[in-house]
Amino acid sequence: MKRMKILAYPYSVWMAIFIVVPILLVLLYSLTEGDIRNLAELRFSTQSYERVLEPIYLKVIVNSFILATLSTLFCLLLGYPVAMIVARSNPKVRGMLLMFLIVPMWMNFLLRTYAWMSILSPNGFLNRLMDLLGLPRLEIMPGKTAVLLGMIYNFLPFMILPIYTVLSKIDKQFLEAANDLGANNMRTFFKIILPLSIPGVVSGITMVFLPAVSTFVISGLLGGGKTPLIGDLIEHQFMWEGNWHFGSSLSIILMVMILISMAIMSRIDRNGQQEKNGQSKV
Amino acid sequence: MKKTAVRIYMGLIFLFLYAPIIVLIVFSFNKTKSRGQWAGFTLDWYAELFKDRLITEALYYTVIIAILATLISTIVGTISAIGIHYMKGFSKNLLLNVNNIPVLNPDIVTGVALMTLFLSAGLRLGFVTMLIAHVLFCIPYVILAVLPKLRQLNKHTAEAAMDLGATPSYALRKVILPEIRPGIISGALMAFTMSIDDFVISFFTTGNEVSNLSILIYSMAKRGVKPTINALSTLMFVTVVILLLIINKRSEKGEELLL
Repeated sequence: MKRMKILAYPYSVWMAIFIVVPILLVLLYSLTEGDIRNLAELRFSTQSYERVLEPIYLKVIVNSFILATLSTLFCLLLGYPVAMIVARSNPKVRGMLLMFLIVPMWMNFLLRTYAWMSILSPNGFLNRLMDLLGLPRLEIMPGKTAVLLGMIYNFLPFMILPIYTVLSKIDKQFLEAANDLGANNMRTFFKIILPLSIPGVVSGITMVFLPAVSTFVISGLLGGGKTPLIGDLIEHQFMWEGNWHFGSSLSIILMVMILISMAIMSRIDRNGQQEKNGQSKV
Repeated sequence: MKKTAVRIYMGLIFLFLYAPIIVLIVFSFNKTKSRGQWAGFTLDWYAELFKDRLITEALYYTVIIAILATLISTIVGTISAIGIHYMKGFSKNLLLNVNNIPVLNPDIVTGVALMTLFLSAGLRLGFVTMLIAHVLFCIPYVILAVLPKLRQLNKHTAEAAMDLGATPSYALRKVILPEIRPGIISGALMAFTMSIDDFVISFFTTGNEVSNLSILIYSMAKRGVKPTINALSTLMFVTVVILLLIINKRSEKGEELLL
């Protein structure tokens, strides 16, 4: 049976070529300057990292971080109650509710964002509705609010589903025990439900924050170039400017940002687990 | 009282989730190009959809790439998962961690990294590079779906088969494969949906001549409004819903399959 492991060798070679080498290339380009078409003539330089620190680019990075954090927060605030309601509904209704939550995700991501364009654009559906009601027009697209809305819309199910999964597995007896011991609903929620649901919350936050911080589609379509995010910068450098050095250093910075936030999240998760174990021992 | 509050909240959430979809569908039957006004019912945009070379071509590439990527990644992924399963220690951990990189890395980084590789190697971006990219991001999902099934496998059955005279490849086909089939199927389904829905990685790894539907929608949306997109999205949405209903009807585990 040991010989079976040779089955993984071809894939190891494939991974080396198509996963490891590309990332090393990006790292190489981020740390050099010179003609990108001639690998031999690249010279070491921190120039493109220094460029990232220029105020306009720094502002873009900070903006992406803020927007991604805000959208994660809104998804959590909106999604947690939904997950709880679904987890508590009776099994027949639950299946239906879950399906209705998932169906929009099966529609192409671009189309969903495009749909918001037709609702939010200056002459779009929303403003016609406002006209009809005699209310003042809203000018949110193109702009930050529209980008934020697009992010919340696209990523909300990523928050709801992992929290739901964890909540539905909580032993009902815990809740009954808390009730018997005289805890009110509030107390049961903060002392039992919330701590037990932390793993779901953590994976929900990761699943929303990750695509939100790296998107360029949502900001490109709903932000109208007014609120560029780090993703837009990377796309612009690779597709339009042809400046692979700057684009690569931005990509490396994005990767580092995500690695750091994932490390923080997994630490929170681990602390939560330990606490839970500690409590159960008591 | 509390029940009403819950109902209203869920109603609002579903309104939020479905409003854009309803707007798209309604305006796909709208006579004017304007987005806010209703000017009467028409099926013109649907007719135009099928006449549009760009759209039919993009649809063709989307489906062909998804089928090929699913086939290749399911076969390679299953074989590799078996190999990885029988590895031990450092090399196993290393392979698993590298395998996770495309899953965890933001799509845009995977996309530009592949683009730099292809262009540095002097390849022309197009069908082949896009297919390689799709296979690349599909295989990890197949492996992640198959590995748990391999772990549940009883170690001794394959050994017993070989003690009874089966060759390793016979044991693999007759004992291991049937046991891990559910994992392979869910891996393949995952690969197919990932491929058919991908935009970012395709965007960076394809050239001017080959676009999939996502890329086409993106460029159309950027250039301006075209009600043909509404018609296209309505058709795609209805197809998905019908497929879902069929899957749900056919298997009691529909819920599991969707997740």
